[in-house]
Amino acid sequence: MLDNAFLIPLLPLLGFCVLVAAGKRAGEPAAGWIGASAVGASFLFTLVAFFELLGREQGARSVGDHLFTWIEVGGFRVDAGLLLDPLSITMALFVTGVGFLIHVYSIGYMHGDERFSKFFVYLNLFVFSMLMLILGDSLLLTFLGWEGVGACSYLLISFWFERESAASAGKKAFVVNRIGDFGFMIAMFLCFATFGTLQYAGIIEGAEGAPHTTVTAIALLLFVGACGKSAQLPLFVWLPDAMEGPTPVSALIHAATMVTAGVYLMARAAPLLALTPDVGTTIAIVGAATALFAATIACAQDDIKRVLAYSTISQLGYMFLAVGSGAYVAAIFHMVTHAFFKALLFLGAGSVIHGLHDEQDMKRMGALKKWMPVTSATFVIGWLAIAGVPPFAGFWSKDDILLNAYEKSPALWAVGLLTALLTAYYMSRQVFLVFWGEERWRKAPVADKLELTEPEPVGDQAAVAVAPALMGPGDQVATGHGDHAAVADGHPAAGHGAHGREPHESPWLMTGPLVVLAVLSVVAGFVNLPFGSWARLEHWLEPVFEESLHHVDATSSTKLTLALVAIAAAGAGLAFAYATFMKAKRVDAYEPAILKRAWGIDAIYAAVIVTPGRALSAFLAYVVDAKVIDGVVNSLGTLVRGGGGVLRKVQTGYVRNYALGVAFGATLLLGWVVVRSGGV
Amino acid sequence: MSVGGEWYLTLAAALFTIGAVGVLVRRNVLVMFMCVELMLNAVNLTFVTFARMLNDIGGQSLVFFVLVVAAAEVVVGLGIIVAIFRRRVGATADDLHLLKG
Repeated sequence: MLDNAFLIPLLPLLGFCVLVAAGKRAGEPAAGWIGASAVGASFLFTLVAFFELLGREQGARSVGDHLFTWIEVGGFRVDAGLLLDPLSITMALFVTGVGFLIHVYSIGYMHGDERFSKFFVYLNLFVFSMLMLILGDSLLLTFLGWEGVGACSYLLISFWFERESAASAGKKAFVVNRIGDFGFMIAMFLCFATFGTLQYAGIIEGAEGAPHTTVTAIALLLFVGACGKSAQLPLFVWLPDAMEGPTPVSALIHAATMVTAGVYLMARAAPLLALTPDVGTTIAIVGAATALFAATIACAQDDIKRVLAYSTISQLGYMFLAVGSGAYVAAIFHMVTHAFFKALLFLGAGSVIHGLHDEQDMKRMGALKKWMPVTSATFVIGWLAIAGVPPFAGFWSKDDILLNAYEKSPALWAVGLLTALLTAYYMSRQVFLVFWGEERWRKAPVADKLELTEPEPVGDQAAVAVAPALMGPGDQVATGHGDHAAVADGHPAAGHGAHGREPHESPWLMTGPLVVLAVLSVVAGFVNLPFGSWARLEHWLEPVFEESLHHVDATSSTKLTLALVAIAAAGAGLAFAYATFMKAKRVDAYEPAILKRAWGIDAIYAAVIVTPGRALSAFLAYVVDAKVIDGVVNSLGTLVRGGGGVLRKVQTGYVRNYALGVAFGATLLLGWVVVRSGGV
Repeated sequence: MSVGGEWYLTLAAALFTIGAVGVLVRRNVLVMFMCVELMLNAVNLTFVTFARMLNDIGGQSLVFFVLVVAAAEVVVGLGIIVAIFRRRVGATADDLHLLKG
């Protein structure tokens, strides 16, 4: 299997090709099953490859698989090859595994959508690109996948492009990602100039001998790329708006897989980061800041998906904190557990939205556990996992990160701890608002409409941010699209409106993946328990990182204390949310306007970048272009016309004038020839 | 007694001048055309004269080219003149200034 590893990315690509050619004809649900089976088969192949690698000795678990020579011009040669090592296989496992589950879920979720098959076309292309990103053995192939997933993300965010907000959210994601990509590209140029190759092996080999500043620059620029893709400060603004896409997309791309690409890239660049500890510190600080920053915003959001989006940013911050602390295993560990529980939470949120007929406002939910037993049970598991309650998956991975952060700097640890507390709070808030409390969805939505008014639009960016939270059912009927388009379970879309119809549990196609992910969210933590030989993931990943990996040398009593403090923080967050939303039965509490507006970041960007950008564009368009450029062209035209007006007088139409001219010219020529030859 | 080359050249110059002046001062298209032919043949005469004086066949052979071109030109020119005569009375060159700028 290791020799045929190309099958892993090839299958989703084949699925993509088949769906492009015959997706529409296959229709619903066959197109969905084609897509899902392609990814499922890819998952099986990955599993086989995983076990083959596992069967080898630790030192021999890195297999390069040369596919073909991509470009060969003179001495310049670009090879396309796959790199299978514990890191890439781990990533590939959860990308294909979670991807498969989300494909299955989508068959239920996208039921009745008019572009059903197209959705799976994009989804399969995404999985292919993501696998190329992970499995590629050079920065160039990774970049190929990197751009591929970016394009798919754009296509899928604006999947319901009839909606203005969805279309602009897609654009925003694309543009913000470009900023990160420029960092990635310059890093690639630098790598090629310095090492003469883009192959990971070659870069790592050459890094030791390269000038320190160059390595620092490469590491920093790669981090800029990672910031864009993984939504870190200050480039995170696209991710909350990306929630305009269908919920399975949010789960697959904007929570579980694509956004972790930045963390993966950093893990691949671990030997570079090991040489430049300052960059590591920068990454840790940015990660911790992002984690806290996004967590505070998540506390005040009303849209069920936006809470999860900010939560994702926050958890990605944790991963970067881990990377910056040299704890690559902890980062990958959290990436895996996060993929499970965040996909679970997103799919659960999708199920809720589906069950409530396109309601996304948590203020208009409540008491759903009676109506949606499977969704609520699985969501609760996801909640406990992300909140850091032992023994669920999130606890172990978060604890691992916090421990490593503590060894890097207690200040970073404190920020991480505060974030953990906030995480427990906002997730509990969400769960209590959605699944417990009163059945607020019975109320007419008009009453809450005023208090929901988000920031006054500042520029286009803010208009994007206003997005779906403000869309009452009325608006949705008007635009013809909710998050979940058109028909659900045969009910006509026109019969929308949360009130009047009872919520319903989602079909098994949607709850099945929820159950699987819930089980994974419970057990995933056990792959890397912090007890000596139980740290299986660490042993598995160790050969990839070797000496760049930070090894925890805290005593077990310190470990225990830190873990207990973390549990206490999570418990405090939970208890506080319980007191507020369950005991006091408050619906909106502690939601400062500034947090609702996400610290006004969109407004700041609008003021600092968008407005001056527009002013500059206006200046260029109306002054430079209209006056200067057009002026030059027009005056040239005037000059030519004026000159022509003068010269046309010469054209008298009288043959004798012309003849005179010819005679005169001939005489002149003759005279010139004679004078030149010195005849006279 | 042979006539010297200079005489031929003088004759050619005279013919050329007559032709040139004719083109410039005459109004009748047909006459202007004849003057152009006169100029051409004056040049031909110069060529032949020099060919004989310098004992070089190049001048004579060039005359053939000029004759061929002139013949072709006569065909086109006369064609145009005939067309003009059909359309209007007389053929005064100055009446034909449709291409005035």
